[in-house]
Amino acid sequence: MKVIEAHDLTKRFGNFTAVDAITFEVEKGEIFGFLGANGAGKTTAMRMLCGLSKPTSGIGKVAGFDIQKDPENIKKNIGYMSQKFALYEDLKVWENLRLFGGIYGVPAKEINPRIDSLLHTLGFTAEKNTMVKSLPLGWKQKLAFSAAIFHEPRIVFLDEPTGGVDPAARRQFWELIYDAADRGITVFVTTHYMDEAEYCDRVSIMVDGRIDALDSPTNLKEKYNVRSMDEVFFQLARGAKAKE
Amino acid sequence: MKKFLVFTQKEFYHIFRDRWTMIILLVLPILMILMFGFAISTEIKNARFAVYDPSHDLATQKITDKIQSSEYFTLEAYLSDPAQIEKVFQKGEISLVVVYSDNFYQNIVQTGEAQILLIADGTDPNTASTLVTYVSRLVAAYQAEQMGAGGLPPYQIHTEVKLLYNPTLKGAYATVPGVMGLILMLICAMMTSVSIAREKEFGTMEVILVSPMPPLLIILSKVIPYFTISIINYLTILALGVYVLGVPIVGSFMLLTMLSLLFIFVSLALGLLISSLVNSQIAALLGSVMGLMLPAVLLSGLMFPIENMPLFLQVLAQIIPAKWFIAAVKNVMIMGLGVESILPELAVLGTMAVALIAVSLKKFKIRLD
Amino acid sequence: MKAITVQDIKRNYGKVEALKGLSFEVEKGEIFGIIGPDGAGKTTLFRILTTLLLADSGTAIVDGNDVVKEYKEIRKKVGYMPGRFSLYQDLSVEENLKVFASIFNTTIEENYHLVKDIYQQIEPFKTRRAGALSGGMKQKLALSCALIHEPVVLFLDEPTTGVDPVSRKELWTMLKKLQNQGITILVSTPYMDEANLCDRIALIQDGAFMKIDTPENIVAAYDQELWAVKSDDMSKLLKDLRANPGVKSCFAFGDTHHITVGKIIPSALETYLKEKGHSDIRITPIKAGIEDCFMELSEAS
Repeated sequence: MKVIEAHDLTKRFGNFTAVDAITFEVEKGEIFGFLGANGAGKTTAMRMLCGLSKPTSGIGKVAGFDIQKDPENIKKNIGYMSQKFALYEDLKVWENLRLFGGIYGVPAKEINPRIDSLLHTLGFTAEKNTMVKSLPLGWKQKLAFSAAIFHEPRIVFLDEPTGGVDPAARRQFWELIYDAADRGITVFVTTHYMDEAEYCDRVSIMVDGRIDALDSPTNLKEKYNVRSMDEVFFQLARGAKAKE
Repeated sequence: MKKFLVFTQKEFYHIFRDRWTMIILLVLPILMILMFGFAISTEIKNARFAVYDPSHDLATQKITDKIQSSEYFTLEAYLSDPAQIEKVFQKGEISLVVVYSDNFYQNIVQTGEAQILLIADGTDPNTASTLVTYVSRLVAAYQAEQMGAGGLPPYQIHTEVKLLYNPTLKGAYATVPGVMGLILMLICAMMTSVSIAREKEFGTMEVILVSPMPPLLIILSKVIPYFTISIINYLTILALGVYVLGVPIVGSFMLLTMLSLLFIFVSLALGLLISSLVNSQIAALLGSVMGLMLPAVLLSGLMFPIENMPLFLQVLAQIIPAKWFIAAVKNVMIMGLGVESILPELAVLGTMAVALIAVSLKKFKIRLD
Repeated sequence: MKAITVQDIKRNYGKVEALKGLSFEVEKGEIFGIIGPDGAGKTTLFRILTTLLLADSGTAIVDGNDVVKEYKEIRKKVGYMPGRFSLYQDLSVEENLKVFASIFNTTIEENYHLVKDIYQQIEPFKTRRAGALSGGMKQKLALSCALIHEPVVLFLDEPTTGVDPVSRKELWTMLKKLQNQGITILVSTPYMDEANLCDRIALIQDGAFMKIDTPENIVAAYDQELWAVKSDDMSKLLKDLRANPGVKSCFAFGDTHHITVGKIIPSALETYLKEKGHSDIRITPIKAGIEDCFMELSEAS
């Protein structure tokens, strides 16, 4: 089943084309890596898919809803987390979770038991009453991810979720992503760590507003005849620089 | 010197390239002066008044007692000479003078008519008209009492009103000095503190601090553009006041300009002080609005007469630079008084300027914490 | 004389110990990397060395000058690029460079040769506002601004954070060139793979250095048996490996999982994984990278 479909999705700002007719599909339960150089159009594309920005042209469907006509229904069915904003620093751990549960309409009587079981799974029970700002970054990000999928959305969008996180915490974070994907939640993630690209089922690489490559990491490495995703990325993006 | 010029030029670029900064700097002053044209009604308590009473008889004594005993008025002085009237107003101690006609009681008894002249300070038209209304009502009440008591034949006391300095009771007379105070404070203090806070927020301050640029030069180059724009605003407001609102500059233009420059220095120093205390633009904005603008609007006497405030606020009002500035501008611009009439204001503003500039220079951080 | 000498620098923010007594030395002409995650204390250290913050205790000398007493001297001769791109967004590329040149009492013309290599790449866009540049171009402009006054020591605080891999590689190429011109470079980064591009590195975690050495020595000192493991189901593989008593630690590393092992041989592990239903199993003993070392060290501390 397809949970994200984009056909010739385009966004122009004045005479600058930020996203240039991109077409792709994402399957249910897939971990989809959305890579690209700074300014390649990733953020703009992601905003359109989240229903935050209207495309100039093209069709996009997320969780079965049209991004032009039905952004409100899309927002109910997705979770979102970014490196810049994840949780309210001045709220306690459980207050953040309750807040996100409330925003996404988790039934009131279910919220508390779900907070408890979630904190138990994460091994965070002792930190239930801790203010988020006093947690280490790695914990914050894990918690933020848990908050983003607290309402069991069909898709979760992650915008550079692991930037600056220490190596061990970064991996624990990805294990949470695996778990979510195993439960059937589709994961749409951007990252600048190329080793993380390897963890994705499929990876798209955006260059100058277009998707120049889309396949599994294994196939991409084969196609470009290199050993790592780093080199795949480098070959594609350097091509773009040469044109600049 | 070169680096100073380049840095100042950069500051002007920041201003010219931001639409909202331009609007605040150039459009807001005009809007404000027109907006404040609408007078705000006020209530007066304990206004001080003087009496010139050539008849000194039973009736005038009773009327004076009646005014004095009302909660609104305090009798300050009996004047012996009509020439003193203008003087007491210029000293600023008196809001109202009650003048009785000669042979007041005699006239009532014999002709059934007598006159009272109420002279009020028209530079503050709200206060003036409120005071005059109150006194007229008290006189009418006295008249009714006397007639009810049956002691006298029917008679008429005519109250006449004369407003000094602002004969047509224009709100603009109070507006122009007030808005001038507000605008200069807004431009200097708020815009300066926001522009320094912006450098902190964007991290450019870090880089500049790690350079041989002396802090004094950083400050000066920040301040000069806003100083220049303040002077433009000062001239704009004066021009609008004179040509649109019809408020004349009675006194010396030079003196008015010197006074304004002094006030601009005070405001700039306040802006610098705020910027050394905060790290973000929003904090700078809130700090200058809550800490400077609101007190300037509320406590400077622009909207509410200071003499009506509780003692605590009256004391607080004394440390508001705008209060001193507005009072001095009224003296010079509208009453046409000379430098000797605003010496206290000049002294206060001068002391504030020196102290604030000293403190803000000392407070300016050469490091991040 | 060393380019930088730091002795027992401590700094607290309230009750939080941001730096717990750091000491290190940087040789002239060296590229020295401070490597660790966000919140480890990298920025605090940089700000102390660039005279922007005062340490609670300890001493730091940059190019022979004390960072507290002789801060004015230091400000004349170091270049600093803070973590965020510290440019005037509303000024053009050229105007930014002009401003920074002027505050260091120089001009673009006078020192053009210093920034030529880097600045030439963005010169075609010199009338564009800095705010409208792409991340990579902003970085080049910021570096040009930090170099225009011919600094003896260059401080780059996380110059590659949030920057795409291609721009990151370009930056490191530029740094190598600067090093060849004799500039000492202190650089911080959360990306472990950049460690190998430095002459020496300090691994930092929670305000303390875990190790200071050349990347080669750090890797060589890794004393665990390390294998890379692959199978057809990488997500399940992670759990199955952890469940095996012979596996001490197991983490995902790109397209393989890295495991440290105790008393077990590859064939035994392969049999175990086959029983768990894995196919296409590949087990390869490997040499550790900096990231393996970092994780090992932070586990130990």
